Amino acid sequence: MASVQIEHLTKTYSSNSKVETLALDDLSLTINKGEFFALLGPSGCGKSTLLHIIGGLSSASGTILINGEPVKGPGLNRGIVFQEYALFPWKTVLENVAFGLKMKGVPKKERDLKAREYLALVGLSGFEERYPDQLSGGMKQRTAIARALAFDPEVLLMDEPFAALDAQTREILQEELLRIWEKTGKTVIFVTHSIEEAVYLAQRVAVITARPGRIKEIVEIPLPEHRTAEEDIRSSAVFTEVRHRLWKLLSEEVVNSGALNGYGRPQTVTREVGEKAPLRLAARERTGEA
Amino acid sequence: MKTAFRTRVLQLAAILLLLAAWQFLPGKVVNQHFLPPLSEVLKTIFALLTANELQRHILISLKRIAGGLGVALVIGAPLGLLMGWYREFEQIVDAPLQAGRQISALALFPVFILLFGIGELSKAIIIFWAAFWPILLNSTVGVKHIDPVLIRSARSMGAGGWSLFLELIAPAAAPSIFTGIRLGASYAFMVLVAAEMVGADAGLGFLVLNSQETFKIPEMYAAIITLCLFGLLINHLLLYAEKRATRWKQLRAGA
Repeated sequence: MASVQIEHLTKTYSSNSKVETLALDDLSLTINKGEFFALLGPSGCGKSTLLHIIGGLSSASGTILINGEPVKGPGLNRGIVFQEYALFPWKTVLENVAFGLKMKGVPKKERDLKAREYLALVGLSGFEERYPDQLSGGMKQRTAIARALAFDPEVLLMDEPFAALDAQTREILQEELLRIWEKTGKTVIFVTHSIEEAVYLAQRVAVITARPGRIKEIVEIPLPEHRTAEEDIRSSAVFTEVRHRLWKLLSEEVVNSGALNGYGRPQTVTREVGEKAPLRLAARERTGEA
Repeated sequence: MKTAFRTRVLQLAAILLLLAAWQFLPGKVVNQHFLPPLSEVLKTIFALLTANELQRHILISLKRIAGGLGVALVIGAPLGLLMGWYREFEQIVDAPLQAGRQISALALFPVFILLFGIGELSKAIIIFWAAFWPILLNSTVGVKHIDPVLIRSARSMGAGGWSLFLELIAPAAAPSIFTGIRLGASYAFMVLVAAEMVGADAGLGFLVLNSQETFKIPEMYAAIITLCLFGLLINHLLLYAEKRATRWKQLRAGA
């Protein structure tokens, strides 16, 4: 059963009145109910743009259906987790998590109860009265995840949520996210430029082409259902094999986008699968468009 | 710890040195009729307080400040928030506001007297004029500096219109609005004294000028010192209110 259905999505930017940039080109995609789906692509391929369009924060031509209902703007059937956490610094952790429920019109007592429940789910019980500035990066993102889940959306949209975290915290949160996903059964659309992350988390990974963004290939990840239960799944033969396949698909795109942008010569991506290539992407993402 | 203590001691010493200079130099280096020693000024303050005279002037000045500043806040902050949020609105009103901002409140005082008479209204309006601009501009800047990802985040959870304003725009701009209020208060003070020197029969500014004109020099200094303490007190009260309202800003990780 389709949870998110994207049909013929096209998005153009006009940076000035004369030049029009094609960001997404006639993109169609179906994501199943309860599926963990990753969007993987080089920087500037429009994967974050796609996520924002699904979130109703940006407009495009084409249609998006959430459980058969067309997206016309932002709505509480989708919860978004941003890379920058986007917590409200003047609200406590509890008030942040309860925000969506408040917008929904849920009475204070009830929404506080719900917010506490979701804070417990992300392991932040006892931090209700703290302010975001008093939390570490990992705790901030846990709060943001609790906030996006608390109003019980159909779909969880995650825009490179762990990219700003240190490697260790990132791994812990990836595992936590899988646990939460298994427990809540939400449909998750997860944007990342990290191959490892996509393989570890997702059931299916869509590789997006360099601008204009199209779907190059959708790769099924043949890893067991309960990945958190497996020991060191990242070293398994299946994991390595899928990662390599995705790496080959992605490296062609990085070469393309590098050639288009005028930097990032082919050498940087013909290096054996590594941490270096995504890092370069990350650096460029900050200078280029999001 | 040790340096903090030393700094404290030196701070105190500097203040005492200044007060001692005021006490002992008049009559020796400066004419004591024009600058009476500190003890005499303090005695005068005490006498004015027991006669309930100083309180009367303070109260009147306070009313004028509160009126002008209050109206400046009620009009300036919402208008500034609107200008920060609606770019087109800002562009439309920008030219007249930029021009208005350049006109000194003191230059307009004769105009206000012509239009509104010499009474309380023109004094309130001149204080309003002085306090209005920093509140307006800081409110505008406060909105413009809101992180766009916070706006996206709030909108993604269904905030819009009033809820977006109350939940996001106003609290996010609050620290900047407070800066505007404190600046506005200090401008209001400067203008208050000038306004009370023209066509007033009460108020601290009146007391300063009137004492000088009637050659009650200790009273003049008493009024000046009261003005200074009054200003410090208001600034501290505003700072306190700001800290209470933006408590989240004082907290940092590990605190």
